[in-house]
Amino acid sequence: MTAASHSATLGTPRRRRLKFGTVLETGAAWLLALLWLLPLIYAFWSAFHPSEYATRFDLMAPLTLDNFREAWSQAPFARYYLNTFMMVTSILIVQFILCTLAAYAFARFEFRGRDFAFALVLVQLMIMPEVLIVENYRTMSQLGLVDTITGIGLPYMASAFGIFLLRQTFKTIPKELEDAARVEGCGPLQILWKVYVPLAKPTYVAYGLVSVSYHWNNFLWPLVITNSQTTRPLTVGLAIFSAPESGVDWPIITAGTLLAVAPLLIAFLLFQRQFVQSFMHAGIK
Amino acid sequence: MSSAHTTRNQVYGWLLLTPAAILLITFTHYPAIATLAQSFFSTGTVSRPSKFIGLDNYRSMLEDEVFWKVLENNIWYAVGTIPISIAIALLMAVWVNGKLPLRGLVRMSYFTPTILPMIAVANIWLFFYTPEIGLLDQVGALFGFASHNWLGDTDTVLGCIIAIAIWKEAGFFMIFYLAALQTLPPELEEAAKLEGASRWTFFRRVTFPLLMPTTLFVLINAVINSFKLVDQLFILTKGGPDNASSLLLYYIYEAAFSFFDQNYASTLTVVLLLMLAVIAIGQFVILDKRIHYR
Repeated sequence: MTAASHSATLGTPRRRRLKFGTVLETGAAWLLALLWLLPLIYAFWSAFHPSEYATRFDLMAPLTLDNFREAWSQAPFARYYLNTFMMVTSILIVQFILCTLAAYAFARFEFRGRDFAFALVLVQLMIMPEVLIVENYRTMSQLGLVDTITGIGLPYMASAFGIFLLRQTFKTIPKELEDAARVEGCGPLQILWKVYVPLAKPTYVAYGLVSVSYHWNNFLWPLVITNSQTTRPLTVGLAIFSAPESGVDWPIITAGTLLAVAPLLIAFLLFQRQFVQSFMHAGIK
Repeated sequence: MSSAHTTRNQVYGWLLLTPAAILLITFTHYPAIATLAQSFFSTGTVSRPSKFIGLDNYRSMLEDEVFWKVLENNIWYAVGTIPISIAIALLMAVWVNGKLPLRGLVRMSYFTPTILPMIAVANIWLFFYTPEIGLLDQVGALFGFASHNWLGDTDTVLGCIIAIAIWKEAGFFMIFYLAALQTLPPELEEAAKLEGASRWTFFRRVTFPLLMPTTLFVLINAVINSFKLVDQLFILTKGGPDNASSLLLYYIYEAAFSFFDQNYASTLTVVLLLMLAVIAIGQFVILDKRIHYR
């Protein structure tokens, strides 16, 4: 009896402490989440309210879309959307083709110098094109590709990351499937198209999402290589639009900022699980 | 048959590789070598064409105070960003991997900065740092702090840049930890519970060592990023005041495209390439030793 009550008095504070710890942890996790969302929350606040409420937080403040209308009329956002869209899709399509072919070579063909060539490919993981802006700009001007969408995309199209990712995936596909296709009379390219590509679909989705978000957000190289409205992507357009010299109002800048991130943000909110899993998938390999 | 087969393999292999190889060589290997070559030449002008000047660019680089300042900033940037963002990433991953109410929402919040462009994000952070009306000063005023020009003060500006980088990267690194945590067998935790180990002991003695390969991978990424992540400077500070927030890659951009001294920019790029090479070699050495506890 005494032993039981003794253990009961010991048990309760311990359980309560545990519970308190959990509550504290949950609170901390939520607080951090709120902190991490704060910039976005603020951007929404400022963009949807008249400018006198930009720095005053009043729950009764009237909502407005004027800031978006202003931003849209002050900078050629439609054109920037088009440029970014063309750049991102052209990069993605060429990346898929080039990386698939190269990854297939590395995964399933034995040729002299293969390992050395693969090591040379991996160099790009370390030395990304944005590090070599000076020489790449020189090359682009020799090729006459300065201020073109192709010029923005070309240095990224043969992606070491894509080649590496697809090679790892192709290597896990059983060779028996390939042999079966060969018996049916398929050539190497047919085998690639009918066996490897369909089975690597999750990798393509993962790589595609990572690539699109990377290039949608890329800034330094596009800034260097473009110098007109007809080629500038959203990021570069936004930087010019929001530069202090342009003298644009604060809420209008946040509205423009939201315009620039909207497509990717909406896609992310809709396909959150897919995004997170893609980045995970791409990271583990 | 066998030799014909291998010859065909050779030809196919190289044919498949060629398109990617041409682009890779043109935009990665060739420019890396050309950068080194250009660093030995002067920048040409209309009246004075570029000529070989040996190590003169390197000499003026060593005498360039801005170069040393920028290098120092970059080291502080790395030191300030890497450990904190990795620690936060690990904490986030442990939280999101556990039984947390509203877990999906929390995970989404942590991850959101990853998919936002730095340039857009900098626009918003600029407001946080604005003196008096900015959020930081408004919150500070509640606690009686005086207004401060965060981005205009050489003492605080780099810290502001570091804060953004941490915020931007932590959620990205969290993903790798999350992936690794999900591969850990749950029996480990059950066994530890039976042994009466506290959560902290379990984390310190079991989880953290098992996550070592992930930490290494994240670390390398973080180090590379500390040389690469300079977009926010274009919006927030343009490297100022007095170069207090300028970083190596930003200075390279300025040298080449604001001061139009391409060959000096090439010399600076050689330094950046050397740093990246050191990281690459370090990675191989460490990977060779294998910090696996499996």
